[in-house]
Amino acid sequence: MKHLISAGDLGRDDALLILDTAEELARVSERSIKKLPTLRGRTVVNLFFEDSTRTRISFEAAAKRLSADVINFSAKGSSVSKGESLKDTALTLEAMGADAVVIRHGASGAPHRLANWVRGSVVNAGDGTHEHPTQALLDAFSMRRRLGRLEGLKVAVVGDILHSRVARSNVLLLSALGAEVTLVAPPTLLPVAVENWPCQVSYDLDSVLPKSDVVMMLRVQLERQNAAFFPSAREYSRRYGLDRDRVAKLHDDAIVMHPGPMNRGMEISAEVADSPRSTIVEQVANGVTVRMAVLYLLLGGAIGGDVQ
Amino acid sequence: MSDAQNPPVSGGDLARAVLEGPDIHRALTRIAHEILERTKGAESVVLVGIPTRGATLARRLAERVARFEGRKVPVGAVDITMYRDDLRLRPARPLGHTELPPGGIDDRIVVLVDDVLFSGRTVRAALDALNDLGRPRAVQLATLVDRGHRELPIRADYVGKNLPTAKSEKVKVYLEETDGRDAVVLVREGAR
Amino acid sequence: MIIRNARILGGDPVDLRIENGLIAEIGPGLGGVTAFDADGLLALPGLVDLHTHLREPGREDAETVETGTQAAARGGYTAVHAMANTSPVADTAGVVEQVWRLGQEYGHCDVQPIGAVTSGLDGRQLAELGAMADSAARVRVFSDDGKCVSDAVLMRRALEYVKAFDGVVAQHAQEPRLTEGAQLNEGEVSGRLGLAGWPAVAEEAIIARDCLLAAHVGSRLHVCHVSTAGSVEIIRWAKSKGWDVTAEVTPHHLLLTDSCAEHSPVGPYNPIYKVNPPLRTREDVRALREALADGTIDCVATDHAPHPVEDKETEWAAAAMGMIGLETALSAVQEAMVETGLLDWAAVADRMSARPARIGRLAGHGQPVEVGSAANLTLYDPSARALVDPGAMASKSRNTPYEGMTLPGRVVATFLRGRPTVLEGKLV
Repeated sequence: MKHLISAGDLGRDDALLILDTAEELARVSERSIKKLPTLRGRTVVNLFFEDSTRTRISFEAAAKRLSADVINFSAKGSSVSKGESLKDTALTLEAMGADAVVIRHGASGAPHRLANWVRGSVVNAGDGTHEHPTQALLDAFSMRRRLGRLEGLKVAVVGDILHSRVARSNVLLLSALGAEVTLVAPPTLLPVAVENWPCQVSYDLDSVLPKSDVVMMLRVQLERQNAAFFPSAREYSRRYGLDRDRVAKLHDDAIVMHPGPMNRGMEISAEVADSPRSTIVEQVANGVTVRMAVLYLLLGGAIGGDVQ
Repeated sequence: MSDAQNPPVSGGDLARAVLEGPDIHRALTRIAHEILERTKGAESVVLVGIPTRGATLARRLAERVARFEGRKVPVGAVDITMYRDDLRLRPARPLGHTELPPGGIDDRIVVLVDDVLFSGRTVRAALDALNDLGRPRAVQLATLVDRGHRELPIRADYVGKNLPTAKSEKVKVYLEETDGRDAVVLVREGAR
Repeated sequence: MIIRNARILGGDPVDLRIENGLIAEIGPGLGGVTAFDADGLLALPGLVDLHTHLREPGREDAETVETGTQAAARGGYTAVHAMANTSPVADTAGVVEQVWRLGQEYGHCDVQPIGAVTSGLDGRQLAELGAMADSAARVRVFSDDGKCVSDAVLMRRALEYVKAFDGVVAQHAQEPRLTEGAQLNEGEVSGRLGLAGWPAVAEEAIIARDCLLAAHVGSRLHVCHVSTAGSVEIIRWAKSKGWDVTAEVTPHHLLLTDSCAEHSPVGPYNPIYKVNPPLRTREDVRALREALADGTIDCVATDHAPHPVEDKETEWAAAAMGMIGLETALSAVQEAMVETGLLDWAAVADRMSARPARIGRLAGHGQPVEVGSAANLTLYDPSARALVDPGAMASKSRNTPYEGMTLPGRVVATFLRGRPTVLEGKLV
């Protein structure tokens, strides 16, 4: 594995290797010395063109726990905001000797393009409305830890599928791992040709809940209301929000997930978000672990610049 | 660590069994006695194996100590992959399983257990790993086979068998639990 | 001078005598000095492009009249219609005459300016269409190409107004609200890649409206770069009514699909495939080919759209839309239409020379290869086959979508009124 750009690039075995590696690394986070010497001398650049403090610090913590040097490159206030192109930025990072570039970008496909211009590994930390593979990995990891398996698990992903990189990556990864995904959204927030994706689709949350082991709520941006994707926040919340009454339809072991940041009261009620079913806090901790696994597997062995 | 990916090489001039099952049993029994003797009854001893076969040997030693002295010695495993000094020579390796012994290693006498002592680099990595896991009172080293050719100032406290080898030779350890039989085989270069 | 052993539209080899820029005599074994031995090459009438972006004035870093017409000549073209979206916009007699003069001075083929429909392409105020028609540039085709004349009243008036001088409005059919931020044909690929969808209906709705408007006011309508099966159906219906609607298709829409954005020789999300209208699906390609074959679509137009490297070496959403096409058009049409048996060479000549000249009311071009016609000729070797090399192109820009692909055919020579502009594949 050279890059991690799309969850679709991961076969079942690759995905399981990452999850199993993360399982071993989870112990590191539990001990008092949370550091491993493995990536000493490796340089990881966090190249963030969008603000996402939580994702950036998660990657930063992961890289630092593996003793990599971390350079945070934020587009805000840098040459990038003065019109420097992605390619020129890439060449700059190349000159700094980045062994891996973790990129968050507003344009779908930006990590693919970046991979043409740098020698190091590219890790997609979210590109536009395309993918967010490490989020899907940490979601799968969290599900497996809570429920003990992924094979045959019934997962409902609810919300703005059309604009969600989390949904795309989760559909690809979870289907590869044998889970059964159902996307739930108003028809306006589903991509065309979604019927060809490896998952089920429903407009009706209430009918999907009783048979779900996992309900993953996606953030819905209020701006979508202005583009007529739905009439109002209130109507959205009434039809697709997860509240106490809806949670009551879940079976006893079912869990509730959210990639964050949440709109409490919109797609998820505060009560549900803070309930024992919720994995939302674990997801954050698991994010560091899974990203450590990804960085280890990409950079922990021989890579391009090493003398063989 | 031994290189035992392949099934045992049987017969032929190039592979030679240097220890058979009974020899291994005797060697482990002797090591167990020595540990008891040197640590005054193994009161604060924990056995920590280096996966994969070192961890198996640690469990066998613990079982012997329990049999001889009636004392349950905590057993753990420490994966040294993330501490290796040769990570950059090969693609990223899958991780072994680390399991702290019950009660941890702080202020205990840790007996590291590995199957083959060769360059000493694995033990060096294991010492680093232990350092991140706690602060033992002392660390000792037990190995089934010491084949020489040390590249670091490391020596074993307990040795099952000192085996003179050429550097180009390979020592393969097979254990019932992982390989279906007990044997230590010396393979000369070119033999596969 | 004599051009020897040329197969006119693929017929038997004959000699052509050229005098005063005209074809004076055609027959076997003509006496006289041999100017060029075609040695069995295919002879087509000089190609005419209804849709070329020469970028001058304003974006000379991407293309100039000189380099653009060099590319045209290399592609077998003897005339191109230069689109109006330059800087300044070609929306006055002054600007169209400037482009026309640049063509006269530097052109390796004839340059016929197209005038903007609205001032500054703003879609609000009609440009001085009559002044452009009466200028030295004799503009007959008007287009806001790059932008759609989306206001229905303005479109109606433009269609009506140009009747006074036998002009035609060439519409870039793109409903603006349905395509805000659009990146790629809305379908399976756009959904998977997370690129904002560009629905076929955004094109089809405008074409349907404009056909009805043209019928209502009794005007000519030309539809630029038709890209969807639905558009073909609407145009077929409009023609069946007897309405004066013509349409063009680009070579790239005949050959490439939206899947290029996902899988291609140059990697995923490579904006070399970003174009307006977007590449569509395999079903659309099939419908476009059939429509060009049965005449529903009248002609092939390149929509040659040069962009400098920095406008394409970006992430997809940031990249400029468009591809160059003059130098590969005939090869692409051979691949899509001739190799598939949909068109013979006579029909290729019709779709790439005669009909575009007629739609553009362009005198002295698009005439059949016969005695008395202007000696505008393209000598072509259909048996050649080569890897497309962007570096070897005459265009100032390199944004060809065919990099890494092998295409058939090679333009060996081009003659403009008897004067060679290309010989042995090289500019004269």
